[in-house]
Amino acid sequence: MIQLKVNGVEQSFGGEPEMPLLWYLRDVLGLTGSKFGCGVGLCGACTVHVNGQATRSCVTTMRDAAGKEVTTIEGLDKNGLHPVQKAWMQINVPQCGYCQVGQIMQAAALLSSKKKPTDHEIDEAMSGNICRCGTYQRIRAAIKVAAGGTT
Amino acid sequence: MSPIENVSRRRFLTGGIIAAGALVLGVRYYHKLPSGDKLPHDTNADHATLHPNVYLGLDPDGTVWIVASRSEMGTTSRTTLPLIVADELDADWKRVKIEQALGDSRYGDQNTDGSHSIRSFYDAMREAGATARFMLIQAAAQQWGVPAGECETDLHVVVHRSTNHRTDYGELARAAAKLPVPKREELKLKPKSAWRYVGKGQVSYDLEALVTGKAIYGMDARMDGMVYASVERPPVLGGKVKSYDDKEALKVAGVHQTLPIEPFQQAPAFQPLGGVAVIADNTWAAFQGRNKLNIAWDNGPNESYNSDAYKNELRATSHNPCKVVRNIGDADAVFAKAGKVYEADYYVPLLAHASMEPMVALAEFKDGKATLWAPTQNPQAVQDIVAKEVGIAKEDVICHVTLLGGGFGRKSKPDYVAEAAVLSKKMGRPVKVVWTREDDIKFDYYNAVASMYMKAALGADGKPTAWLQRSVFPPIPSIFDVNAVYGDPAHLQQGWTDIPYDLPNLRIENGPAKAHVRIGWLRSVANIYHAFAIQCFTDELAHAAGRDPLDYLLDLIGNPRSIDFKGVEYPNYGASMDAYPWETGRLRRVTEMVAEKSGWGKRKRGKGTGFGIAAHRSFLTYVATVVEVEVNDHGEVRIPRVDTVLDAGLVVNPEATRAQFEGAAVFGTSIARTGEITATKGAIDQSNFQDYPVARINEVPKQTNVYIVDSDAPPAGVGEPGVPPFVAAFCNAIFAATGKRVRDLPISKVGLS
Repeated sequence: MIQLKVNGVEQSFGGEPEMPLLWYLRDVLGLTGSKFGCGVGLCGACTVHVNGQATRSCVTTMRDAAGKEVTTIEGLDKNGLHPVQKAWMQINVPQCGYCQVGQIMQAAALLSSKKKPTDHEIDEAMSGNICRCGTYQRIRAAIKVAAGGTT
Repeated sequence: MSPIENVSRRRFLTGGIIAAGALVLGVRYYHKLPSGDKLPHDTNADHATLHPNVYLGLDPDGTVWIVASRSEMGTTSRTTLPLIVADELDADWKRVKIEQALGDSRYGDQNTDGSHSIRSFYDAMREAGATARFMLIQAAAQQWGVPAGECETDLHVVVHRSTNHRTDYGELARAAAKLPVPKREELKLKPKSAWRYVGKGQVSYDLEALVTGKAIYGMDARMDGMVYASVERPPVLGGKVKSYDDKEALKVAGVHQTLPIEPFQQAPAFQPLGGVAVIADNTWAAFQGRNKLNIAWDNGPNESYNSDAYKNELRATSHNPCKVVRNIGDADAVFAKAGKVYEADYYVPLLAHASMEPMVALAEFKDGKATLWAPTQNPQAVQDIVAKEVGIAKEDVICHVTLLGGGFGRKSKPDYVAEAAVLSKKMGRPVKVVWTREDDIKFDYYNAVASMYMKAALGADGKPTAWLQRSVFPPIPSIFDVNAVYGDPAHLQQGWTDIPYDLPNLRIENGPAKAHVRIGWLRSVANIYHAFAIQCFTDELAHAAGRDPLDYLLDLIGNPRSIDFKGVEYPNYGASMDAYPWETGRLRRVTEMVAEKSGWGKRKRGKGTGFGIAAHRSFLTYVATVVEVEVNDHGEVRIPRVDTVLDAGLVVNPEATRAQFEGAAVFGTSIARTGEITATKGAIDQSNFQDYPVARINEVPKQTNVYIVDSDAPPAGVGEPGVPPFVAAFCNAIFAATGKRVRDLPISKVGLS
């Protein structure tokens, strides 16, 4: 039995330890906020926090998640009003929105370690997250808003 | 079951209620409701107290239900179309609830493609809102005993100023529902000065759901008792399973069974490709089981297809006379006498859509009916193909449209939905088919690979005295008819037959090319390769003539005029030439404006930097774009700034429009830098983002400035038109910066160092 905490709730999992965390979250727990985009850690749509670190859940096995604290978009803020989420709405970032959950989780992790990231630091932290609609310009602006700056 | 909350709160009513309570009128783009009780599906709007048409309902609590009949894939049409209704109704946007329509012909066309949602439904949306407003005013006037002509509306209320009457819409709903629905001629549309929302815009109705993970995409559809399926498809188009061994697959924990899917008959169209499905408890188990399948394939004739050889074939075809699709004067006579002619070949490979959400669909076949939840751009095409594949009537196919995690044209083709329906019928239980990214890349309907041959002779003033252009590409009709090899008017029109230059001698030709993969619409479609060839060749000629590219482009566009398409089959994107003439003056204007906004010729150029310009009309919208690039000694390209000006006629939602053009620059960056799908022995070589890279945050334009021309012309498209001029302007900028001409895309294959 694998024990882990998801959004503050203790969970146990008796299935295949090689199952990626993403499919456990989505298919077993029904937490569908984290998205499937590539399955190999190349697009970032599945990004969650594992012990506070931005992590690609599609390439993180349940074995690796054992004993860890996992936070998904559903648990980022109970009212959905994390500063990054607020900034995303203020700047009107999303188009189709499919990648945005991963972008938000990545940006939230960035801002928890760097209060005022530079453009270069934003690009470095966010370059693992693909947005096919092309909202990057707004993502950068929204991160700056969330960091307390202006656009 | 736990169906998708935000799709449609369906209420199953017994017959007769609709017939008694609904007031139905016919406006241009939807069909009348069926008479009597034969109503297949319904919305809250259908059951609202006041329900003057299929798009709108008003309840006594003042809630306005507006039906979004077109799909939301990021263009905000699900918000912007209802916004037009709300404006004409004078409704409070906060009291509007949007519900997504099922696939149903009563809404008219639902295929959300071709950048025409606003254009085709603007009038219908206005009439829908104006009708309800008319009835509410009539109801209020009757209650107050005053002439309706003295009443007006304010935000969600009817007002009679001299008597100080003021009543909320909700309180008038019941009385209004008893009145006859006005004729179209009786409606008085609001003057522009009274518009609340149109032209000002609104953020997405779903914005909060999008940033909290609550938005429901096709990938998120769930039902009690459903199983998951992953399908191994023939690697070569038209291939078939010879035999397969599923022993190892069935050993994977969570795998239930395997099921063959029949290959398509004749042309692929939207039929499943065939193959073997693995059915499992969860998505991952289905993927794992599928990896263990052992299948012997009969690849069929497309095994002969190799991209390198095919490119040479296209090019060779384009170097010989082809079918003439437009001719002015006698270009050959001029070429024969010209001292020097300029020639160039341009090439754009196959391109994949790679929407962030791979193809996915959930189907439940039960009691002779198929119910689907799918991220589809075209729910009525879902009805058609599912009906055919599972052998039931179209009316018995119920297609719920979820949000789409990107579409870009791929999700107009519902082969993946048909797969789910076929499997659910075989299984007798709900099945969710999930495509991997590899499936998405390998089994796409690709934007056509295209080769363009360009030739021009220049006069003493540097302007072309003769111009010849030939394109060769496998056409989209080949998915419906395997023998289709020539470009059809609907795609030749896309920036090819409508070259906007004032040329004395012009010949436009198109050559044959047989398709070996499925070809389909991708954002901007044929405009991508046509604009690339024409706008880059123009830049080449400007340099040959020693002219500034901007001045030269304006010179070629010439004086303002409407292009005369006599003798040319020019569908004009399905719009009338009267309402949407091809006006070169508008192209000229956006070009002049972008020059000014970008500081063309005025900004300092540092080492390795360059500016490129291009102008193009597509989907009835005029766009000009200036791209600034920096190329370092290693051939690495940065894009510090893009300026783009668009004239799309009336723009209902400027904020969403700016977002579309910002995104178009990114989409164009992916095409130009790395976009390439190839095949070896008929099978696609690429598989995921490592070998089909799309642009990331550090590779895209740092700043894209979008300027919208203020126009009262009828609305045109905004989702697609930003892409074609960007790609050409980007490549022209690279030439300006490096002296290297990009004629074959993608740039990554050519290199700039």
